[in-house]
Amino acid sequence: MQNDLQKQLDELVQQAAEAVRSAEDLAQLDQVRVRYLGKKGEVTVQMQSLGKLPHEERREAGKVINTAKQAVQQMIEGRREILQQAALEAKLNAEAIDVTLPGRGQQNGGLHPVTRTLQRIESLFSQLGFEVAEGPEIEDDYHNFEALNIPQSHPARAMHDTFYFDEHTVLRTHTSPVQIRVMQERQPPLRIIAPGRVYRCDSDLTHTPMFHQIEGLLVDENVTFADLKGILDDFLRNFFEQDLKVRFRPSYFPFTEPSAEADIECVMCAGKGCRVCSHTGWLEVLGCGMVHPKVFEHVDINNEKYTGFAFGMGVERLAMLRYGVNDLRLFFENDLRFLRQFR
Amino acid sequence: MKFSEHWLREWANPDISTDELAHLLTLAGLEVEAVEPVAGDFTDTVVGQVTAIEPHPDADKLNVCSVDVGQDELLQIVCGASNVAVGMRAPVALVGARLPGGMKIKKAKLRGVPSFGMLCSEAELGLAETADGLMALPADAPVGTDIRNYLHLDDNTIELGLTPNRGDCLSIAGVAREVGVVARTEVTPKLVSTIEATVETTFPLQVEAGEDCPRYAGRVIEGIDPAAVTPLWMQEALRRSGLRSLGPVVDTTNFVLLELGQPMHAFDLDRLDGGLSVRHVTAGEKITLLDGQEISLEAGTLVIADARGPQALAGIMGGQGSAVGDATCNIFLESAFFNPLCVAGRARSHGLHTDSSHRFERGVDPQLQRKALERAAELLLKIVGGQAGPVVEVVHAEHLPQRSTILLRRQRIRRILGTEVEDTEVEDILERLGMTLTAAEEGWDVLPPSFRFDMEIEVDLIEEIARIHGYESLPSSRPQASAIMQPQPEGRVPVTRLQQILVDRGYQEAITYSFVEPGLLKVLDPHTNPVRLANPISEDMSVMRTSLWPGLIKTLAYNLNRQQSSARLFETGLRFVRQGDELSQERCIAGLISGPLYPEQWGEPTRSVDFYDLKGDLEALLATTGESGDFRFVSESHSALHPGQSARILRDGREVGWIGAIHPAIEKEIGINQRAFVFELRLSCFDQAAVPHFTPVSRYPAIRRDLALLIDREITAAELEAVVRENADPTLKNFHLFDVYEGEGIDSGRKSIAFGLTFQDQSRTLEDGDIDRALSRILSALTGKLGATLRE
Repeated sequence: MQNDLQKQLDELVQQAAEAVRSAEDLAQLDQVRVRYLGKKGEVTVQMQSLGKLPHEERREAGKVINTAKQAVQQMIEGRREILQQAALEAKLNAEAIDVTLPGRGQQNGGLHPVTRTLQRIESLFSQLGFEVAEGPEIEDDYHNFEALNIPQSHPARAMHDTFYFDEHTVLRTHTSPVQIRVMQERQPPLRIIAPGRVYRCDSDLTHTPMFHQIEGLLVDENVTFADLKGILDDFLRNFFEQDLKVRFRPSYFPFTEPSAEADIECVMCAGKGCRVCSHTGWLEVLGCGMVHPKVFEHVDINNEKYTGFAFGMGVERLAMLRYGVNDLRLFFENDLRFLRQFR
Repeated sequence: MKFSEHWLREWANPDISTDELAHLLTLAGLEVEAVEPVAGDFTDTVVGQVTAIEPHPDADKLNVCSVDVGQDELLQIVCGASNVAVGMRAPVALVGARLPGGMKIKKAKLRGVPSFGMLCSEAELGLAETADGLMALPADAPVGTDIRNYLHLDDNTIELGLTPNRGDCLSIAGVAREVGVVARTEVTPKLVSTIEATVETTFPLQVEAGEDCPRYAGRVIEGIDPAAVTPLWMQEALRRSGLRSLGPVVDTTNFVLLELGQPMHAFDLDRLDGGLSVRHVTAGEKITLLDGQEISLEAGTLVIADARGPQALAGIMGGQGSAVGDATCNIFLESAFFNPLCVAGRARSHGLHTDSSHRFERGVDPQLQRKALERAAELLLKIVGGQAGPVVEVVHAEHLPQRSTILLRRQRIRRILGTEVEDTEVEDILERLGMTLTAAEEGWDVLPPSFRFDMEIEVDLIEEIARIHGYESLPSSRPQASAIMQPQPEGRVPVTRLQQILVDRGYQEAITYSFVEPGLLKVLDPHTNPVRLANPISEDMSVMRTSLWPGLIKTLAYNLNRQQSSARLFETGLRFVRQGDELSQERCIAGLISGPLYPEQWGEPTRSVDFYDLKGDLEALLATTGESGDFRFVSESHSALHPGQSARILRDGREVGWIGAIHPAIEKEIGINQRAFVFELRLSCFDQAAVPHFTPVSRYPAIRRDLALLIDREITAAELEAVVRENADPTLKNFHLFDVYEGEGIDSGRKSIAFGLTFQDQSRTLEDGDIDRALSRILSALTGKLGATLRE
């Protein structure tokens, strides 16, 4: 009797194993579970039939049936895990996307290359405590010329190609009037940088009637021409991120003395001589000098106590050299295909 | 200033190359702007003389010439020039010669006739841009001599970009003086001999304006040869210095101008009447200048006049009425010193700028006039012959510029330059520059030479020391500045922050001209009265912008014309608005969008931008103030904007800007074929931003209730929100509008509007009853005030 039961259950387990193996998804597997282990399942029925057995056989038979039940359960659990894993994988597979398709949403815009250059210059000088100062663009004759030691009949006026509104009102021809405005308001020590639009009545391949300058001014008790050289040397190398040669040569501005122009080794040809530097190997990039005593007189700064230097540079020129822009006029055409190159 | 290197080297000839000389001048502050050879690059070209001419048998325009080039045999050369003549001397490029541009001269047959060389024009040798015949050489040109040697063609034109303070270098003599100092070389000035008068003829001269003309010297030269021509050497010297040859008398005065720096003028004595007077004009006088233009003279202008009226604008230009011409036999030569200020103002006020005024306004050496007069007379007698009269000179010594002594302090040199310069070097430099030094307690008393108008104060001398010492050899250091911290107001939004927000939202920054086309401005803002430039570059850049919109709109149009249909642009800068008599220069930020909202995308439908896209960007800017709630958008019309899609932006009741769709009629007029939306804001509204102030976060749950209402179409969201907020208690934390609908299912004239209200208390959990009470109060206010009904 015992042997019969054992044999019968072995067969049952074997059948169940076959059924579990052939269950291809979780639903089929559940059907298998119901068939063997459900309320009326084949293993369950065997369990229920225990009651009909004589008392002394029940224990043994129970053990046999239980073993078979556990075997079937294990098989089903094992298979379930496999099928669950497969289902998850199938789901993940179905959800796979083409990650190389472009993303969605707004693209970045960009600052104008002139602004980008101005911000770069400002940030270099702000490390040394220079503050940004601004002034009006419609300027009076006094601030634009007179206070800068350029009196009415001075030949330098003719070089400025000034836009006039009336006899006393002009579009500022340089950012230097901001120096005057700052010095009228405050006493030294002063460290300012004045960026902005300036205007000259001139328009051709290499001149636009409006362009940008940035002006620097440092006034303190012991400022020398040597300091001016040092600071500008540092600036130019840091701006271009190159170990450039910088040279200073005498020049003339009515509001500084001694005055100088600074040249850098041509960044296009490394000083060998090319079209950009007119085959000289040098590029003129800024004008500078020690603040002229007559300028200090105009703004009531004690000329014996304080000395100072000022410098000014054309922003478009620096931007052209830095970014390789070959035509000044591009800056004011605002062609998006040009602007988008600066993001 | 342009000049011939060869000419300079006759005066000062340092043993250095042209490049080195140019470098030296540049580093001394006389910037060399260009060095150009005076002739083309050519070889094997000699002086030849045409000895015979036969017409070419087969060509009308060619001649067969026999040319003596100093060889044993004459050369047969076929020539097409019309001015070829027997006896003429001209340059001959020999067989084997290379001409400018690389052409090689070979034995050739021209229409069957052999030719052994080429007779040349100025243009063919690179001596001129164009030529209309062979270059005629003087009759004494030695036949067979290499033309390069004969004309000193291994020479360069050097062009200096002189700064306005260096009037003393506007001559060969001046540049030579400078070369002498910087190259430590000897300067050999031309010895000017005194030309004794051989006739007694003088011309009456009177100087009324002694202040403006402290020295006037002149002399008569009579009986000159009207047929004389300018010698080739002088023509070449002038040409290499950028001046055209205009006849021997004018060429001579120009030569002296270039050589010594003294502008001179020659009058045709026979065309002068009475006597000369240097005086200021009275109202109504006129002069016809050498260049043919007649100008009315302002009272006070300094002129040289005769009995009939002004004959020259002093120091600027001569008049046509007394100009030297082809028939002139007797001349009056002028050499004067005019006050720089007197010339500077006048030349410019008449729109004139001449070689003469250029020098006078920078300052001519007041000691030079007599010497120049002698030099010119010496040259003229050689070139045009004639008899010189005595020099007549009127001097008002009290008005001659006086150089005064300047105290130069040792310690000041160090303070300015940041380095010690040895006393001996200081003295050496200044003395070589022609200054006279006397020892003083703290340094020196320095007297500059008469020609240095730029030496007035101590620092002028310090600059000279630095310049000659060499900027490059001065030390370089770092400033020791006071470490003072500057205030940084947190309640001010920096413009860079605003720019960055727009950039991150896809905007490109534009920079457009501050002057715009008046027509466009008028279309956009008909009531504006823009500030107009007195001397604009052109009419379309003649008024100052009163808004940043014209620039942005033009930029859009420019890009649309170049297939760039998606534009997001912004600009910051000043606008110039007249308010009564005052002009206000207001810093603004403006933006424009047009075209698709996003770049075309594979998974998202594209749509065009609308008002709310731009408003969203604008709100992002306003949010930086931390007080977005202070800003109100009020529906109002603006002539540039679509009347139904425009709003004035107010902060605390004050206008700070505008936003809207560009008026379709304007779009059409400007040629923009897609909708565009613009805003403009005063940057001053970002000057008062709130510094964040913490409020505790409630620990109790928030409850949201959504309402959907029907209201009249005209009622704005802002009005609705205002009623809600006025009738809510402090537990209302948020009003959030999430749907607006008009159309099918809604009565015309009404719209459905749905919003969520979020309630939260700081100290307890709100109960349904609290919310219901709050909601019913709000609802009844909405019904009562706005006629709202709950949507079923």
